[in-house]
Parts: sequence; C-alpha cells; structure tokens
Amino acid sequence: MADRAEQQITLPAKPPFWNDPKTRAIAFQVIALVLTVGFGLYIFDNTQTNLRRLGIASGFDFLGSPSGFDIIQTLIPYSASSSYGQVFWVALLNTLLVALLGVILATLLGFVIGVARLSKNWLIAKLALLYIEIFRNIPLLLQIFFWYFAVLRAMPAPRQSLSLGDAIFLNIRGLYLPAPEFKTGFGWVLAALAVALGLIFAIARWARRRQMATGQPFPMLATALALLLGLPLLAFVLAGAPLHWQLPELRGFNFQGGWVVIPEMASLLLALTVYTAAFIAEIVRAGIQAVSHGQTEASFSLGLNTGLTLRLIILPQALRVIIPPLTNQYLNLTKNSSLAAAIGYPDLVATFAGTTLNQTGQAIECIAITMAVYLSISLLISLLMNIYNRRMALVER
Amino acid sequence: MSATHVPHPDLPPPSSTIGALGWLRRNLFSSPLNVALTVLAVYLLAISLPPMLRWALFDATWSGDSREACTANSGACWIFIKVHFGQFMYGFYPEAQRWRVDAVVLLLIIGAAPLFISSVSNPLKVRLGLGLLLLYPLLAFMLLHGGLFGLTPVDTRQWGGLLLTLVIAGVGMTAALPLGVLLALGRRSKMPAIQTLCVTFIEFWRGVPLITVLFMSSVMLPLFLPTGMNFDKLLRALIGVTLFQAAYMAEVVRGGLQAIPKGQVEAAAALGLGYWKTMALIVLPQALKLVIPGIVNTFIALFKDTSLVLIIGLFDLMNIVHSATTNPAWLGFSTEGYVFAAAVYWLFCFSMSHYSQSLEKRLHTGHKR
Repeated sequence: MADRAEQQITLPAKPPFWNDPKTRAIAFQVIALVLTVGFGLYIFDNTQTNLRRLGIASGFDFLGSPSGFDIIQTLIPYSASSSYGQVFWVALLNTLLVALLGVILATLLGFVIGVARLSKNWLIAKLALLYIEIFRNIPLLLQIFFWYFAVLRAMPAPRQSLSLGDAIFLNIRGLYLPAPEFKTGFGWVLAALAVALGLIFAIARWARRRQMATGQPFPMLATALALLLGLPLLAFVLAGAPLHWQLPELRGFNFQGGWVVIPEMASLLLALTVYTAAFIAEIVRAGIQAVSHGQTEASFSLGLNTGLTLRLIILPQALRVIIPPLTNQYLNLTKNSSLAAAIGYPDLVATFAGTTLNQTGQAIECIAITMAVYLSISLLISLLMNIYNRRMALVER
Repeated sequence: MSATHVPHPDLPPPSSTIGALGWLRRNLFSSPLNVALTVLAVYLLAISLPPMLRWALFDATWSGDSREACTANSGACWIFIKVHFGQFMYGFYPEAQRWRVDAVVLLLIIGAAPLFISSVSNPLKVRLGLGLLLLYPLLAFMLLHGGLFGLTPVDTRQWGGLLLTLVIAGVGMTAALPLGVLLALGRRSKMPAIQTLCVTFIEFWRGVPLITVLFMSSVMLPLFLPTGMNFDKLLRALIGVTLFQAAYMAEVVRGGLQAIPKGQVEAAAALGLGYWKTMALIVLPQALKLVIPGIVNTFIALFKDTSLVLIIGLFDLMNIVHSATTNPAWLGFSTEGYVFAAAVYWLFCFSMSHYSQSLEKRLHTGHKR
C-alpha cells in the first residue's frame, strides 16, 4: 500500500495551444472571415475603379427615366414612354404568368404520366416510361428552340392559318383564342358562385359534425359539384346569358379580336410543361410507391372502400413524400422560365437584365435586382416548405 | 382388399393464362378500363408512329452532299447533318489540327479504361484515378490549346461543338464535386462563422437561375477584376457553371453526411482520428456512396445546363447546331438539326443515368432495405 502512494501521478502535459481544438476553431473562423471580407473589399475597390474609369454612375436613378422600347406582351398598361421601373413590373408579371401557367400544366401532365407509369397496362406503363426517359434527358433550352424555331416559326402565314372550328387559329403570329366578353348582369353569376362556395363550406362543416356524432356519411362531393355548377348556371340563364365570345377574325393581313398567345410564350410554356412534367411524373411514382401495400390492405380490412382508402390512407402518406420535391420542381420551373431570354419572350431576364442593361449600362444594378427577385422567390418558397414540412413530419413516439 | 387412392395427375393451367395469350390478357386486357386504354394507346401510336418513321427513315435522304439532293424526298434531309458533322463535333477548330481533339478523347478512353475492368485491383484503380484526375486536365489543355512543343496555338474562341460541351461539362464536374464536398462539410461544421459563410454561399447560388449567373460572369466579372486583367470568355463561363453546380452538389453531399450515424464519427474519435482523417476515411466514403444517384443527377443536370452558354455567345453543340440551321444556304432544316443535337445530348445523359444505376447496385453492401 505504501509504495503505491509514493508513486507520483503525472498528468499528461497540456497540449500546446495550437493543438487545442477551441483555439483552432477560433483561428480558422477568424482566417475565413478575414479572407472573405478582404476578398469582398478587393472586388468592391476594383469595381469602384472600373466604374470611375468607364464613367458609369451607379445608383438606381435610371429606374425613373423613360425606356423608349416596346414590349410584345404586357399585362399592365405600358408604352415606350414608360419608365424603366415600369419595365421591371411588366417583365416580372410576364415571368410570373409563364411560371404560374407552367406549374399548373406541368402538375396536371406530370400526375397523369406518373400514374400511367404505375399502370397495370403494360403498353401505357411503357409509353409513360418512354416519355419520361426522352424528355428529361434533353436540355430544356433545346426543347424550347425546337418548339419555337422548328414548330411554331414554321407555321403558315395568317391567311393559311390552321383552324379549329373557326374559333381557334394557329399561325406564325401565334395562337388565337376566342375572348370572353362580359355583359352587364354577369355580376349575378359571380355572386351565385360566391353563394355556392359559402353553402358548400357550411354544409361540409355540418356533414362532418354529423358524421362525428352519428357516423352517418353525407354525399359531400356530389352536393358540392351540384351547387358549384348549378347555382351559377341558374343565375346565368336568369340574367339572360350575359356572356359573349369574341371570335378572332382575319382582317387584312392579320387576325383581330380574341386572345392571342404569342409564339414565344407558347413555345416556352410548352417546353417548360413537357420537361418539368417528366420530373414530376417520377416524383409522383416514387411517392405512390413509398406507401406500402400493407396500408391498403389494412384499410380494406377496416371496411373502407377504394375511394375512401385512396383519399384517407394513401394520398396523405404519398403527399408527404411528394410535396417537398414537387415544390423543388416548381422552383426549378420558375428559374428555368428565365431561358425565355434565348427566344425573346419578354420576361425578367430578357427585358430587364437584357434590354434595360444594354440601354443603360447599369450592369450591376440590373443583375442585382434580377437576382434579388429570383432569390426572394426561392427563399419564400423554401420558407413555406419548411413550415409545411414541420407540420407534416411524422410524429414518432 | 382396400383400394389405394391414386390422385389424378394435375391438370395443366388453362391455356388462356399461359404463354403469349396469357401475357396479353394479364397486361393489356385485364379489365374494361385497360381494354379502353390499350385501344387508345394503339390508336395514338398508329397515327403518330408511321409519319415519324417515314420522315426519319423511309422518305429521308441519306446520300449526296448538297442541298439539292434533298429536294426529291419529302422526309428528313440527313445530308444537312453529314455536311455539318465536323463543325458540330469540333466547332471552328482548324481542320488540320483536329487530330489533337481526337487524341485527347483517345487518351481519356485509354486512361480510364482500366477503371472499368474488374480484374484491376482496387488500390491500383485509386492511384490511376487520382493520377488521371491530376495529370489528364493539364495534358488535355496543352494538347487542345497548343502553343507548346511546336503545337500551333488554338484560341479557346475557336473551340466549339461537342468538344466545347464536353470541356465545360468535364471541368464543371471535376471542379464542382470537391468544392461541393468542402461546402457540405462547412455547412455541417460546428464553427458558426464557417457554417454561415457556407450556408449563404449555397443558398445564394441555388436561389438564382444559371442564366443570370452566366450574365453576371460575362458582364459583371470584368468589372470586378483589376484594370488590365481580363479572363477568357470560356474561363468566365467555367467559373460561373462550377460555382453554380458546386452549390447543388453541396446539398446532395449534405444529404449523405446526414445519413451517416453519429456512432461512426464517435468511433473514429475513439480510435484517435482527427477531423480530416475521420471525414476522409470514415464518413465521406460511406456518405458519397449513399448519394451516388444524387451526384449523377447533378452531373446530368450540369451536362444539360452547358447548353446555356449559348446566351453568352459560346459555340457549344447547341449553339453551333442552332447557327447552322440559320445558315442561309441551308435554311429549313432546323428540325433535323435539333433532332440530331437532342439525340447526342440524350445519349450522354441516358448512359450516365444507367451507369449510375449499375454502380449503385455494385457498391451497395447490403445495408439497403
């Protein structure tokens, strides 16, 4: 016992300070920050020098000066004497328009093809696979060019337009559709629609409460459809059919009246839809396959029918898998709509980061504004996505 | 005397459930809905396939070397592709020097071939792969650009066609992967400053479209550089594409890093491995293997995105095909041009995705559920 006490306990020598993880971490971070800030300052200084040398005044004053160019598609009033600030809004709306339409169409097409991919019908499943493998492996820009230069630019002149029932015309100038003209009294139809929506909401609440209390189901879907279609139709007939379709008509060398989809918009929309739908189809397939078959069997054994199983058991679980990558595709579609610049569709990149930049020379401001717009859209959507994810995430034990 | 029961031999399955007939019944005509779908699909194929085949094959012009040869037939004019083929592959690379491009491709095939042969041992493969990764770009650049060893210099402005597409894709892939791994490690780091820097970088590049990045690299980058210093247009595009794809790669790699259980890092620490050794020897090999599909998807996306350099006036495959279709001497053949370009892009992307699937199967070590 005694000799053991005599043994000197020597603590291992403290490691030198440069081997201490804490010191190291601080040192690394300081170095990284200094390098980043230094690099930023260096670029800022270079830019200042270059701008002074080139005689470019920086700042956002140019947004107030008149633009002097026309835009082929404007959703808000715009003329060549409008300011660059208005160019920005016109361009932004054009981007949002094509992105919104693209998202809707690509989702519809993508879901159809995704379900077809899982079809028990061999031919349908193979055709869906063929579609997916072809369209997702070809660059989007190439697809846009194909639709624009090889298909729509090769359409006949207005006099030889392809037509569908003398109401829809397709020629080199674009796609001409009948435009609705609302007469006085159409407000009644809208009012009826609002009443129908309110009634559906109320009935749905009542039906749910009744089912909770008594277990008796209510044919909600049929009721809702009947109300949604019936009430506005009734109002429409009673108000004396206050809707008139204005057909496009050939006058001189071009069509007048109706709605026109310019070929740039049509080809961009077509390519975005076809391309993104191929990705959405794969996401939908993966989502449906992610729900194990046991869930369906369990649901059947509880006595739910096919429709209820799909609505209450399969879809909620599949959507949990589908929605995050689906939003990602929506985001991609929005960013991909910037390829419009290559065929001259007047979107944000073509008109603002392109024409405006070239006319004013304000490279930094134009690109910064354009990037900021896309960045805010992305961040906004990923914020919403995170909130959704937190709500939908599996709560385990 | 008791009779032994002799069971009747099994009846053969009904003839309608086996063979071709059974297959048809099971897969095409199993229910009224399926019958309708099959009829619809066959009808669609019947009206769309014959005209397409007639255009592409039967009524197409294959021989001849002038535009006039195409007037006789109503189908595709593949002479357009034949005449422009050299341009589509090499761009404006001088014809006498094109052997250098061939040599570069051949070198890559010879160098990379042992990596795909299973009898070559793994350590040798790693050494060969690293050597290839470090030496080959230098060699390829020297051969392509010239100016040394008596090779005529060929300016990057003359590079084009598939060559340029492959250069951008190749450089983008080899640079984006390591950069992406570093960014992913930075994003998972416990040091707040480094983490913030990496998150900002990644979210910024992922939030903007590539086209604005290319715009930026072509109009803003010259403003950022000190007076008198200027980058080649190709280099500017390369920087933009690499930074952009590195951000996407970082997110893919992060997914893999998050999937590695904490016990792996703790076990490595218990064995006395430092941070870099833990990452390089324990975590990354497992993480990267998990995310092979994601990495290849990023590569495919990058390959397709190279077509965007058209916006800043580089003549990659896409742009050179497009400009050939606008050539006044060969107007009216844009469909042929785009179909050809699409076929080339498709071939590369499709084979990449199939290779990734086979790689996934080979590397999977039984942890997959």
